[in-house]
Amino acid sequence: MATATFKIWRGERGGGGYQDYTTEVTEGMVVLDAVHQIQAADANDLSVRWNCKAGKCGSCSAEINGKPRLMCMTRLNTLDLNGPVTVEPMKTFPHVKDLVTDVSWNYKVKEGIKKFKSDPNRAWNAQQADVDRPQEFRKCIECFLCQDVCHVLREHGLHDEFIGPRFFVYSAALEMNPFDSDDRLADLKDTQGIGYCNITKCCTQVCPEEIKITDNAIIPLKERVVDEFYDPLGKLFKIFR
Amino acid sequence: MSDYQTFEHDVLVIGAGGAGLSAAVKASAAGVKVAVVSKSLLGKAHTVMAEGGMAAAMGNVDDRDNWKVHFADTMRGGQYLNNWRMAQLHAQEAPDRVRELEQWGAIFDRTKEGKILQRNFGGHRYPRLAHVGDRTGLEMIRTLQDHGIHQGIDFHMEVTILTLLMDAGRVVGAFGYDRERGRFRIFRANAIILATGGIGRAYKITSNSWEYTADGHALAYRAGAELLDMEFVQFHPTGMVWPPSVRGILVTEGVRGEGGVLRNKDGKRFMFEDIPANYKGQTADNEEEGWRYTQGDKEARRPPELLTRDHVARCIQREVREGRGSPHGGVFLDIAWIKERIPNAPDHIKRKLPSMYHQFKQLGDIDITKEAMEVGPTTHYMMGGVKVDAESQMSKVPGLFAAGECGAGLHGANRLGGNSLSDLLVFGHRAGQFAAKWAKEHTGGSVNNAQVEEAAREALAPFDREGGESPYAVHHDLQDLMQNLVGIVRVQKEMEQAVEGLQKLRARAEKVHVHGNREYNNGWHMAMDLPNMIEASEMIARSAIERKESRGAHFRDDFPDKTAEGASFNSIIKRGSNGEQVLERVPVTEMTAELKQIIEEMK
Repeated sequence: MATATFKIWRGERGGGGYQDYTTEVTEGMVVLDAVHQIQAADANDLSVRWNCKAGKCGSCSAEINGKPRLMCMTRLNTLDLNGPVTVEPMKTFPHVKDLVTDVSWNYKVKEGIKKFKSDPNRAWNAQQADVDRPQEFRKCIECFLCQDVCHVLREHGLHDEFIGPRFFVYSAALEMNPFDSDDRLADLKDTQGIGYCNITKCCTQVCPEEIKITDNAIIPLKERVVDEFYDPLGKLFKIFR
Repeated sequence: MSDYQTFEHDVLVIGAGGAGLSAAVKASAAGVKVAVVSKSLLGKAHTVMAEGGMAAAMGNVDDRDNWKVHFADTMRGGQYLNNWRMAQLHAQEAPDRVRELEQWGAIFDRTKEGKILQRNFGGHRYPRLAHVGDRTGLEMIRTLQDHGIHQGIDFHMEVTILTLLMDAGRVVGAFGYDRERGRFRIFRANAIILATGGIGRAYKITSNSWEYTADGHALAYRAGAELLDMEFVQFHPTGMVWPPSVRGILVTEGVRGEGGVLRNKDGKRFMFEDIPANYKGQTADNEEEGWRYTQGDKEARRPPELLTRDHVARCIQREVREGRGSPHGGVFLDIAWIKERIPNAPDHIKRKLPSMYHQFKQLGDIDITKEAMEVGPTTHYMMGGVKVDAESQMSKVPGLFAAGECGAGLHGANRLGGNSLSDLLVFGHRAGQFAAKWAKEHTGGSVNNAQVEEAAREALAPFDREGGESPYAVHHDLQDLMQNLVGIVRVQKEMEQAVEGLQKLRARAEKVHVHGNREYNNGWHMAMDLPNMIEASEMIARSAIERKESRGAHFRDDFPDKTAEGASFNSIIKRGSNGEQVLERVPVTEMTAELKQIIEEMK
């Protein structure tokens, strides 16, 4: 019977340490299956947040062997099982217990972004080509792995000045929604810190929905901000228009 | 009075899926103070897993569609046990609810004319499902969430409700705990809307998330409500079957809507062999016609793969049982074959079914654009639930409302795919509206301290017991029991065994022991969910024993045919004076002449 060892972070509010658990491995298993087996057999009170177990809800985010990933979509056959597999909570958010973190900051950030506002003069009619891009952004499952990996939040802790990749994607979906009529560029520049992003694309790499966060959302928003506020020729053009 | 933190609201919504959020938005728009409690984080509820779309007769793709056709389809699918008034309201109001969602920021797939695109689905005569690829549920929940957070609603995330607080027969609040810290909370409210979803976690093979533990069913039952149609559990025909760890995960009906076909191990399209009489006229009798239907040919009839879910699930079960299944105990679902018919088929499949492509690639090492999937039935949806008034969604208990999957009536003996998302919107909306009205008119009432203390004591008991077994072990055995004894094919003796077994499980659940403390303790959470699942499981078994015929999702090997008697009643379960489940039959009410005529015309 094949087994594997998992080094799982156990502890509360930032404290604790790794604990080793060995469990049976069967075909097709994902990390979340292993965590559940361990929870049922050896550690009933092991805290883990999960819901759909199908990569659709974005609840079971964690760091597996140091990489931000969804536990439910990480197959064991993609990991080296000769040594232990490390499973620990996301580091960018306050720790609650074991694998669970407090992600409430993300919910507060979203409330601060201007919501969808329809254009009263526009008919509810659009071509598929016009909605393809915002639909890409709306695939987001809010797993917050992009927030976890972003160095502006993770290393520099600029949670008060920077909304993070998830909310640039959210803003981009609104800005590029053909039915929306609001303007979020000033907020992105002034209070949401889009300038801090130096396009290292770490967020794109960890996105389980394969949204091209940097190329398709952040860079176009940066360009719009530049066009609106920093382009001297554009400014002149606006004055004489 | 206990010193638990108390929150005061006019309307309390329990559950934050499509129905709960719709209800909360509508109630707050009516000018009352609203709170939503949910076991998960906001935006994670099971609604995110809905794939195919929401049924609404907008006629954007086929202008022959209208509410009457949708109504008749829903009634036929439900084998006429549906609450016809709910089916009528649903069909009439769904298009407005879909448009409302668009006005709140949802971005649906488009037709060439720029309208909301609609797709084919099982049991719907015309292309009717407004959708976004195969992630419509996510679009719906995100839209409601992003709209709702600006409406002044209080959200209590990761809170479980343990009991409804009663005063002289009416609800006056709810008592629960926050999952993070394990602290108790009291929610005062004049009206409560249950929107807790289904019961799927009582079964071993299920497409449902962990939250589906029958909380609303059990809370309502204990508060004195009636539970309707509990024998009707929908087994979706196509869940993943391999590898074992993903068994049960949903494979959307949209695959078949886009031209996917079912084959047995001999490569045979077995669905052509068994077309029920009442669907013969509208079902294709050859492969060519079926294909043309999926490609939008209005003259063609739909392929038998798109018959109702109950029927397709049983046909698959039969192929497997008779030795014609796939290697891992399912059948083959093939969408890759369409490359014979259309250019760039792999790209087309990836665009139409991105989540399915992703899911099989990542979890099963299968490229669905190149090879067939293996699929088999999975517990998917609960038609039964709290009996409510069609217009207002209020239960028998004053001030207690139910909407979405935990309510009952719309779907009868079998739900059509796509009728769930529209159900959430239509009846979430109504529940919100009427609960707000009720709450304004019915203030006062007080929380009974003894009831609160009793609930708190019961909740903490598992920490103090010595030597009790793990809640996970009891849950595991419950899932085995329901899967094996009250599954797709039922017989009297097995179900009687199930009822007996459930009594033992009930006793075991009362003695479980949990380790650790109250902070985010999944073991404790499971111990709190167990009694709800067991209560609902017993209702399923008892109602199923009582219905001695086969109809819709309820199939009895010992009574394989429909009976006239079976068409005449719905089952109801309520709580007896000693806490025991009491079963009753209530006669099916007669439809209005207008609706009868519609059914007749659409035959």
